[in-house]
Amino acid sequence: MIPAIVVFLYLAVVLYIGIFAFRRASGREKAEDYFLASRSLGPFVFLFSLFGTNMTAFAILGSSGHAFNNGIVTFGLMASSSGLVIPLTIFLIGTRMWALGKKYGFMTPVQMFRDRWECTHIGTFIFAVQAVLLIPYIIIGIMGGGTTLYAISGGVVPFWFGGAIVAMVVMSYVFFGGMRGTAWVNTFQTTLFLLFGAIALIVIGAGMGGFSSAAEALKSSPLAYLLSRERISPYYFFSYTFIPLSAIAFPHILIFCLTAEKMKHFKKTVIFYPLCILAIWLPCVFLGVMANRVTEVPQIRAKQEARRVLATQGRNMAPEQRDELREKAAGDDVIMLLLQQYAPLWLAGLLGAGIMAAVMASDSQILALSTMFTEDVFAFYGGKARFGEAVQVMTGRIFIVLITLFAYAIALRAPESIFELAIQYGFSGFAALSPLLVAALFWKGSTKWGALAVTVWVAVAVAFVAILQAVVPAPAPGPSTILWAPGGFEVLSRTPGGTAVLGFMPVVPMVLISTLLMIVVSSMTKKPDATTVARYFGGRDR
Amino acid sequence: MKKILLVVAVVALYILHQDIWFWRSSHLVFGFIPIGLFYQACFSVAASLLMWLLVTYAWPSHLEREVENPEEDAAR
Repeated sequence: MIPAIVVFLYLAVVLYIGIFAFRRASGREKAEDYFLASRSLGPFVFLFSLFGTNMTAFAILGSSGHAFNNGIVTFGLMASSSGLVIPLTIFLIGTRMWALGKKYGFMTPVQMFRDRWECTHIGTFIFAVQAVLLIPYIIIGIMGGGTTLYAISGGVVPFWFGGAIVAMVVMSYVFFGGMRGTAWVNTFQTTLFLLFGAIALIVIGAGMGGFSSAAEALKSSPLAYLLSRERISPYYFFSYTFIPLSAIAFPHILIFCLTAEKMKHFKKTVIFYPLCILAIWLPCVFLGVMANRVTEVPQIRAKQEARRVLATQGRNMAPEQRDELREKAAGDDVIMLLLQQYAPLWLAGLLGAGIMAAVMASDSQILALSTMFTEDVFAFYGGKARFGEAVQVMTGRIFIVLITLFAYAIALRAPESIFELAIQYGFSGFAALSPLLVAALFWKGSTKWGALAVTVWVAVAVAFVAILQAVVPAPAPGPSTILWAPGGFEVLSRTPGGTAVLGFMPVVPMVLISTLLMIVVSSMTKKPDATTVARYFGGRDR
Repeated sequence: MKKILLVVAVVALYILHQDIWFWRSSHLVFGFIPIGLFYQACFSVAASLLMWLLVTYAWPSHLEREVENPEEDAAR
């Protein structure tokens, strides 16, 4: 129960930070102040809050769980590729969006698209697709909160109550503090993340008697494949480098880019981003792999047994039985099991707070949805002009309450696997939307019809893959189920982990076809007015 | 020329991410870090260095001037 008390104290601190931000802002009911903290964040808060916004529960729980079952490949798949691609996109796209936001007052990506391509309802359609892809992240955040509090309290705090507490705390500080509160909380949380990785590594390493013997034992065991990538396809590994393109296309990340006080604040963010990823992911992935040697924890042994049965007998089982075994083998809680085994109770509580910090990353997604709704729908369709800015901010706050209640209600009823699937393809969807930003900012010839073609394609592709995976059950570990192979040439297949197109993850063709559609459709359709284009490309060195 | 070199550096690092040469090796560096993991950790440090190069030699300062000193930018 001590860890749960420490976690509750942490939640109280987070709530206080949000309310403190509200007091700092009180009396200034301006939309730009509430939704963008008056574009005034300093370099430290900007770096830590932008980074924290992008680190979800997956950074700690999911990374160690994935590494537990798949080995060291997790770091190369998800961390180091992000360490290159995400800061690069912030450098190229984030800085330009920041400058346009300052010049023309944009608060959301859709506002920029509408202005750049002289469109109205196409912008609303882009908003709708972005919103539909973003909502599952909020739901999974609340589910993660419920699950984590349940685990940390040893089952004393039930799932429904834990989820309600996390939803209430997040909703309260976003409601009161707006962007300022969210940025401060994210800064605090990122500090915890960074401490978490180092402390967890030291404590668990000491508990295991050092890592050398564990690593050597693993190397000489049947699980030695976890120390290399021999079971991973290079096509799959390459495909994953497309996923981080999603980061800059996430509305909450792009909106965060608008909050910096000065453009030079991007410099530290861009340089330190890969190192922050390294500091969090390396310990989590390493510990996830090493957990395979901790045989004295019965839950870890049960996971390994489920994995073994799935690999050896999975082919002869019904899909439901395989799903059940996959759930048993899932390692998302291994890091918590290691902490329970090796960390003193008070420290387990502090580290549990670090995990909660990761789970609660849905704050900026809730705020981004509220910003998008009030700016792209409410203000765009005349609400702001009719009722004023104070009503616009109040609408944003009401929206925050409604979206949190909606997400909580769904989190209680629906199975988590549905939203995990939605998130899996949400990343691909946002990655395939990234050509919109590149075209708007770097290509004079892009048009609203090109943008519409890309957005329709993304919506259809995400829906197709999600339905395909729901209809065709995942095969057991080993060869894929071939779904379409004209002339014996394998085009589409269902793999144990998802879907493959020509051996690549769906994100690769999705991004390439998006790019192609933007080029082809824009080339055939009418360009925006020359004065509009000049406002974006009038500079001498563009 | 500077910009071309930076583009080449970005493409080279992207290609170096696909380290097929350590694909099947489970050699332990310093006796406990698998070499594939060690390589990717070094890759992250290299990515940070590359970002420093980009920020130092390819910073879009015209955007900064347009927003923060529009008069000075117009006079140029």
